Amino acid sequence: MLWLTWRQFRAQAITAVSALVALAVLYGVTGVQLAHLYHASGLAGCHPRADCGRLASTFTSQLGPHYKVLLDLGTVVVYLVPALIGVFWGAPLVAREIESGTFRLAWNQSVTRRRWLAVKLAVVGLAAMATAGLLSLIMSWWAAPIAQASQIPGSTSFPMGAAGRLDPLVFGSEGIAPIGYAAFAVALGVAAGVLIRRTVPAMATTLAGFAAVQVVWPLLVRPHLISPAKVITRVNPNSNNIGLTFNANGTLTINSSWHQPGAWLLSNQTITPDGKVFRGANSKACSNPNNFHACTNWLASQHLRQLISYQPASRFWAFQWYETAIFIVLAAALAWLCGWLITRRGAA
Amino acid sequence: MTAGSAAPEGRPPGTPPAAAPGELPRRTPPALDARGLGKRYGRRWALADCTLTIPAGHVVGLVGPNGAGKTTLLNLATGMLEPTTGTVEVLGGAPASGADQLAKVGYVAQDTPVYAGLTVAEHLRLGAELNPGWDDELARGRIERLGLDQKLKAAKLSGGQRAQLALTLAIAKRPELLILDEPIARLDPLARREFLQLLMEATAEQELTVLMSSHLIADLERTCDYLIVLVAGRVVLAGQVDDLLASHHLLTGPRRDPATLPADQQVITASHVGRQSSLLVRTDKPVHDPAWTVANVDIEDLVLAYLSRAASA
Repeated sequence: MLWLTWRQFRAQAITAVSALVALAVLYGVTGVQLAHLYHASGLAGCHPRADCGRLASTFTSQLGPHYKVLLDLGTVVVYLVPALIGVFWGAPLVAREIESGTFRLAWNQSVTRRRWLAVKLAVVGLAAMATAGLLSLIMSWWAAPIAQASQIPGSTSFPMGAAGRLDPLVFGSEGIAPIGYAAFAVALGVAAGVLIRRTVPAMATTLAGFAAVQVVWPLLVRPHLISPAKVITRVNPNSNNIGLTFNANGTLTINSSWHQPGAWLLSNQTITPDGKVFRGANSKACSNPNNFHACTNWLASQHLRQLISYQPASRFWAFQWYETAIFIVLAAALAWLCGWLITRRGAA
Repeated sequence: MTAGSAAPEGRPPGTPPAAAPGELPRRTPPALDARGLGKRYGRRWALADCTLTIPAGHVVGLVGPNGAGKTTLLNLATGMLEPTTGTVEVLGGAPASGADQLAKVGYVAQDTPVYAGLTVAEHLRLGAELNPGWDDELARGRIERLGLDQKLKAAKLSGGQRAQLALTLAIAKRPELLILDEPIARLDPLARREFLQLLMEATAEQELTVLMSSHLIADLERTCDYLIVLVAGRVVLAGQVDDLLASHHLLTGPRRDPATLPADQQVITASHVGRQSSLLVRTDKPVHDPAWTVANVDIEDLVLAYLSRAASA
């Protein structure tokens, strides 16, 4: 069974290895240059209290525009590869056999359907996980100098990588999470193929389904995997960090800026002493735009608090492990479903 | 459907003597044993209430018009389909229930599927990798005799060659039961004869039961010693060819109402032309009535009679 699976998967495997080699060369060469620049900047041995911020700013400003392109390209590739794997490896795995009728040949050899599927899923799933893992490793290594520079407090100008590794646009392209995504994408593709039984519609469904998960997950699920850290501070209406917005409906919104390097900000609200969100209604003192002082005095009398909910940068690896484990469990559940479907429902 | 059921009386050939007291009785299980088997697609029954026992050791022809349920029955027997009603056992086990069961049954589906991207040699490798009982010598010998280029991809083979390749895979796994869905339809006359010859050889040298569907009655006549006629999802006739031929007679004589025949004579078809009646009857007793001219029937007469009876019913 292993031989047949490999023989059927050979062409795709060769494509994947070629693409990996090409990317490894591109990012290997530029990555060595990047590491060299980082080393030359002196950031590695800087004193946290004195010059790290300045050195980090100098380092990031030295990077040419092509590094920005490479960084963005790498991020896109790491995000795209699990989706492509699900579409081109997962969806056709069983659907093509059903469509072309070859399942009737395969399922009448002396190998049970369950084992037939298990070997196929194992070979393709492991190859997918290895591909995604290697890509992520290359990209994480390549971007490490930029990520380190962006973590340093006081480095003010970040042309790139400012968001931090927990940012939804960055998180899924680093660490071990892509391994989980790849496993899930393969299983999703196979399940779509088993259910739809036609290759091209299964591929389209896989793409749509995987994209939906990748959008919905960081918005609705990931923030709650670990309960967010919260900070409550007093709002000082005279501070420079405060922005006032007078809304068209007569209400007032306070925007208090907040920054912690590498943290993922989930919500930033102004609350009243009784714990409700401050909407700024009935603020007559603020109705006259020319008397700004009256307005800030009134705001100060409201004893407003700023409630910040966030995930600190230190939780990056905890999130990575949780997410990888969850997606691998989801993949296993889908694989089990596929096994159940092909043994229960005859496909003839 | 009990009229067409064909449970053999007494011990089938090859059955060991009755077990000693205290031992579990050991019998050769029938090649196929269906009880109330049915398969429904939506509101249409592709196969309905099929009760059928096929003893091992025969070359069984499954005949019926298109859409009669032949492929459905074969797909149920190989576990490619789950029955809607009833049960089916093949060689004493549930179809496709495990690797051992799969090893015992060879199946060539109607469209003789092969992997388009794999060469002939790779198909033989596939057979060797996936079947513990693989007979490589047999497979290679057959491919050589067919003159198939082993380096050729299956996509480049003709329909007949693809069928031969699929058959080779099914035979070389050395099954106890070989199930073939319309195997001859795609073969040219020479390949057809070669294939039927090979089947005869295979059944002679190993304990092989063959269950093949066909609508070509002439081909079945030469090879099959057991016959099943399937019409509109129901078994209308099943039994050993010799028994069937011995128990059916064509009676011709003066015009007569079939209802006046002796009780043991079952009329299958009757036609009345002018003053003459022509009846095909089934009976286990000899026909003594001197008014009749009694003639033997051949398989084709028999099959056509049952098909036309089912069509007019």
